Amino acid sequence: MTAAFDRHLLVAEDISVHIPSGGGTVRAVDRVSLSLERGKTLALVGESGSGKSMLCRAILGIPPGRAATRGRIIFGERDLAQLPEKELNAIRGREIGVVLQNPMSSLNPVLKVGWQIAEPMLRHLGISLLKARERAVELLGAVGIPRPAERVDCYPHQLSGGMRQRVAIAIALACDPQLLIADEPTTALDVTVQAEILNLLGRLQMERRMAMILVSHDLGVVAGRAHETAVMYAGRIVEQAPTVILFDQMRMRYTRALFDSIPRLDAPSGQPLASIGGQLPDLAAELQGCRFAPRCRRAEDRCFAEEPPLVADGLEDHRFACWFPCEPGISVTPPGPLLPKRIMS
Amino acid sequence: MGKRGSITFWLAIGWIAVVIVCAITAPWWPVPAPDLIDPDLLATPPCVGHPLGTDTMGRDIAARLLFGARVSIIVGFCAPLVGMVLGSLLGVPAGFYRGRPERLILFILDTLLAFPGLVFLLVFTFVFGASLTTITVALGVLTAPRFARVARANTIRFAEREFVLAARGVGAGDFSIILREILPNVLAPMLIYMLLVIGFVIVAEGGLGFLGLSVPSPAPSWGGMIAGGRDILDQAPHVSLIPTAVMFLTVLSVNLIGDAVRGRLDRREGQL
Repeated sequence: MTAAFDRHLLVAEDISVHIPSGGGTVRAVDRVSLSLERGKTLALVGESGSGKSMLCRAILGIPPGRAATRGRIIFGERDLAQLPEKELNAIRGREIGVVLQNPMSSLNPVLKVGWQIAEPMLRHLGISLLKARERAVELLGAVGIPRPAERVDCYPHQLSGGMRQRVAIAIALACDPQLLIADEPTTALDVTVQAEILNLLGRLQMERRMAMILVSHDLGVVAGRAHETAVMYAGRIVEQAPTVILFDQMRMRYTRALFDSIPRLDAPSGQPLASIGGQLPDLAAELQGCRFAPRCRRAEDRCFAEEPPLVADGLEDHRFACWFPCEPGISVTPPGPLLPKRIMS
Repeated sequence: MGKRGSITFWLAIGWIAVVIVCAITAPWWPVPAPDLIDPDLLATPPCVGHPLGTDTMGRDIAARLLFGARVSIIVGFCAPLVGMVLGSLLGVPAGFYRGRPERLILFILDTLLAFPGLVFLLVFTFVFGASLTTITVALGVLTAPRFARVARANTIRFAEREFVLAARGVGAGDFSIILREILPNVLAPMLIYMLLVIGFVIVAEGGLGFLGLSVPSPAPSWGGMIAGGRDILDQAPHVSLIPTAVMFLTVLSVNLIGDAVRGRLDRREGQL
């Protein structure tokens, strides 16, 4: 294997997810490539429907319904796209963990949480029931649930949303995966709990040296938490850079608009919240030119005719797809006050 | 549940409890044997020795009600169980796999539903003989398509829930997902539906008894008792009306319990 594969845990090339629907084939993800090094965090950012979750599900090999996934997904030394279902089942939960968006519905309401944490261990590690229960208690402690020995016998409805998301994280971490996919892990939670969960994920990632794909629609969530950030729009990656660089200079106008629409505490009261006018293009239609053009204030004829390639301009790590990018050097400060970095122990 | 609702609910529970206890303790009650004929007292109203009177053949109505309760209770609970198991076997895979297998199973179900139930029961009891077991199985098969529909609808509902996706995310295969994620969740709506079916089955068994197709005479069944009194309805109405009232109250109670439990579970579901 080449040096690139040694360093990289995950290399995805040209991933497309096509979902057949009544109005034609929806290209939820369209020729997306990304790579992730061991122990690093990649953030996927974009508004609802931009294809972030679909991309995650494609990597996990569980696209919705009759959707078809194309492309190569090299994980370790295997191409996940080529593996039969049985071998994928052996990887999911063992080497790749996943935390879903809504902890209210991602836990089975009729099984005790201890069972749900023990299940992947029983399946993948072949340990005894007693040992699995012991480890479940340990894991509950590790994800910051007080009195884990009692909570292990709780049903999900006896726990709060934040607690349930901690349980979901414990399930994902049960077999010590190398990669954790967190698909909007805090979207359904209160702002204060959001920060706690994100900090917990960050801490666990450091301790366990996991790589992580962190999906969010909120650039503010990503700031300071991901090594690299990829911005998605209408099934394509439109800008990608190390997070620090991205916040230093946003080149793609969609990224900029996304950033401007984060509500800020230091804004004068009464000022209306910024939003991006228009809506996502119909992904079932044949799309021409830049997909963001219809909503972009600076769009010109070329934007509607030709699709801009995802290329670097100056900085090698910083790639973006825009014909008329923002001037480099417009520095923006991440919205600090909205998400206090450390509130929990 | 309002105060009035809860009183009727507990009355219904009480009545069902009485019926079940009677069915279990039937042989120990101080009444004559159910098939003991007293030729001197034909269709008499309640009197000493016959607390609820006698039927047209001079048999004690109270005793026959007690033993008839056994038939009604066994058929009423076991037939829906048979239907639930059969229905789950058909409905859960249909809802989980969708597509071609689902269409095939739905076609089978539609065929079964379109087949006249009474004709099916007549043929089934004719071929296999009328006994408690065949009646139970036949009524179970008859209710299976409805259970299958409930199972399928709920499977579809739960298969789309995030915890099934989460289970896939930890490497669970189809079988394990059906067993651990779908079935336990589908069970609750199935059991509630079962409560509603119990009422239907008790009535159906009564109907079969009325036609003489339930447990063979002289073994008592409520339907048979009602049928036995129909010729003397004008002279001794109690012979038919007492078992009718008992069956009516039992079915009503089962349905009331079913509605109440469903209401409670629907509210619980909202919180999940």
